Amino acid sequence: MTSDSALTTPARTDSGPGDAGFDETGFDEAVLAVEDLTVDFPTPDGVVQAVRGVSYRLRSGEVLGIVGESGSGKSVTSLAVMGLLPRTARVSGSVRFRGRELIGLSDNQMNAVRGKKIAMIFQDPMTSLNPVYKIGYQLAEAVLAHNDVSREAARKRAVELLELVGIPFPEKRIDQYPHEFSGGMRQRVVIAIAMANDPDVIIADEPTTALDVTVQAQVLEALRAAQLETHAAMVLITHDLGVVAGQADRVLVMYAGKPVEIGPVDSIYYGPQMPYTLGLLGSLPRLDVRSQERLTPIQGAPPSLLNLPPGCPFTPRCPLARPICQTVEPELLQVAPEHRAACHFSAELRGHPDPAELFATTTADTQLPAEFGAAASTDAVPGPGEVHTVGGAIDTGEEELP
Amino acid sequence: MTAAAPALVAPETGRHPILSVRDLVKEFPITSPGIIRRRVGTVHAVSGISFDLFPGETLGLVGESGCGKTTTSRAVLHLQPATSGQVFFEGRDVTKMSKNDLRRMRRNMQIVFQDPYASLNPRITVNEIIAEPLKIHGMWDDSGPKKVADLMRTVGLNPEHGNRFPHEFSGGQRQRIGIARALALRPKVLVLDEPVSALDVSIQAGVINLLEDLQDELGLAYLFVAHDLSVVRHIADRVAVMYLGKIVEVAPTTELFERPQHPYTQALISAIPIPDPRKERERERIILQGDVPSPANPPSGCRFRTRCPKFLTLSEVDSQKCVNEEPPLVNRGQGPQHVAACHYAEVLSVI
Repeated sequence: MTSDSALTTPARTDSGPGDAGFDETGFDEAVLAVEDLTVDFPTPDGVVQAVRGVSYRLRSGEVLGIVGESGSGKSVTSLAVMGLLPRTARVSGSVRFRGRELIGLSDNQMNAVRGKKIAMIFQDPMTSLNPVYKIGYQLAEAVLAHNDVSREAARKRAVELLELVGIPFPEKRIDQYPHEFSGGMRQRVVIAIAMANDPDVIIADEPTTALDVTVQAQVLEALRAAQLETHAAMVLITHDLGVVAGQADRVLVMYAGKPVEIGPVDSIYYGPQMPYTLGLLGSLPRLDVRSQERLTPIQGAPPSLLNLPPGCPFTPRCPLARPICQTVEPELLQVAPEHRAACHFSAELRGHPDPAELFATTTADTQLPAEFGAAASTDAVPGPGEVHTVGGAIDTGEEELP
Repeated sequence: MTAAAPALVAPETGRHPILSVRDLVKEFPITSPGIIRRRVGTVHAVSGISFDLFPGETLGLVGESGCGKTTTSRAVLHLQPATSGQVFFEGRDVTKMSKNDLRRMRRNMQIVFQDPYASLNPRITVNEIIAEPLKIHGMWDDSGPKKVADLMRTVGLNPEHGNRFPHEFSGGQRQRIGIARALALRPKVLVLDEPVSALDVSIQAGVINLLEDLQDELGLAYLFVAHDLSVVRHIADRVAVMYLGKIVEVAPTTELFERPQHPYTQALISAIPIPDPRKERERERIILQGDVPSPANPPSGCRFRTRCPKFLTLSEVDSQKCVNEEPPLVNRGQGPQHVAACHYAEVLSVI
């Protein structure tokens, strides 16, 4: 998929300062430049720092995959770019679309950009379509919002769009309601709406998460078609490292509201330089590998973004953690061509492709009581610091309850 | 499905299955709206499936939403009585058991549910949650608290946290609590209904490892229901693939993934993205057309024919067989212990 030269060329030809988003050089080629974006949500318990400084530049025609676990801030980042966050959110930093600052624009000014220049595809196709309007109306609405055309022309365009995303009998389907469409079909309608105005940027937020795999394949194909048709750059947000591998040119890995690694897809997958990325790849069961090797989970759970302690947020789960990690949060630094990682000890991961060497495979259960009751007598309750062999490494992390 | 339903594929001959399902059918009525709710149709959720589960093995039951895999898991435990067919647990038919017998049977066969947020009672402590099965089955005595503490340690939780409530735990920890509860009665079979699909990958791996260890140590048999084929490939010994209420293919795991015979299995495997950019770029995807037909009105003959890429390549005469004749789930002579329900089954490597 990424072998399409039209798509990869822009990403590959840039031999300059890479994605050093802070550099002014080469800004003109970036359709979307996000710089030091932060989003805070004040809550009664304190300030939740959902996004803590995200910078990336999206080049024209490329697909940037943003991956991370739930709560890593990947969706909030995109909602901030689209100006869709609630008023209570405090957004700072800069989002520039073709050089034009979007942060601070009024809703009216944003309306001219949203849907026209930057389109968004949401995760849940069940809720992103209005159930009381026909599909054709909703498609035409998107066309009419930004173009001065007749209703008939808008309708014609709607049929075209449905055809592009692979919906059979578009002339007939256009007069149906969302409930008459299956999940995959609805998501294709949403994609059609997103591409209605030939946007320069499409932000797809978990576009296939709610769908079955065979339907996911259909939708990814429709997304690809949409991107080729509009020549748009795309931000693909997902937690599925498989989807990113096949679709993205570059990958941004997020953890606790911050990018921890960014680089070309191959460089990230075959040479991760941040322990979290490595751990994430190691924890995935693989469809293509026969080995019955154990998976390597990352111990513990992601931190709460409320009153985050100083230092690297991955420290409590990190096998490389040293004292410095608890006090100084590492910056994203160049580790390979166009590849930057935020870890004090990135160098130790160079040529360290096996996650199992670094992360314990855990639950080495040599002492699992065969008879729970019987074995109990000989087994003292472990103290908080002491780890029972069963669930070993997981234990240590997960014990730290609020 | 063959009516006699001989033991499907025994990984080793001479072993008796601990759980045998024969011609299991589960239908749900569709009723008309209003006060007089007449039956106007039937959803054929599970339409005559048979499989065996052997002691100590993991049978993966995979398929997409609506294929009937969860209904199967419920019917096996008689949580939803089957419409027809038999479920034999250690040779006794679960579907004909009295209430008392059922309760005794369930001591040996427990279930872990998909959603760790909905399957734990939020109003009682974790200690009480894990103790509940022991109390219900009259196995609670002075050693009860100790058993509960042991169970918590077994699943990788700190027993000191037993007096906390479910909301104080993360998703992965809650799923561990659900597993501890299921293990409390020391069952022989665990039905795992999508046990890791609600968890983030880094957490999911720990739960999968835990399940593998428990199986090794306690000799449990797992009926592992999932839609994630990567997870199933990792954990299962054999895999049964379901489509629209039917099992379309059963084979040992490696055989199924490397030499799938049924066009649906092939499409399913090829649709799963692999976290490896180079491989992913080289792969050919089989993109299925259309959507799964309604289980209220399944197609005649082979249920997959409406979306089958193979069906499109057949001659008029050959394709009539798919329309008129339901393909039986039998060995097609293309692999040992491998059965497929396709008239024109053919090995195709898709990874």
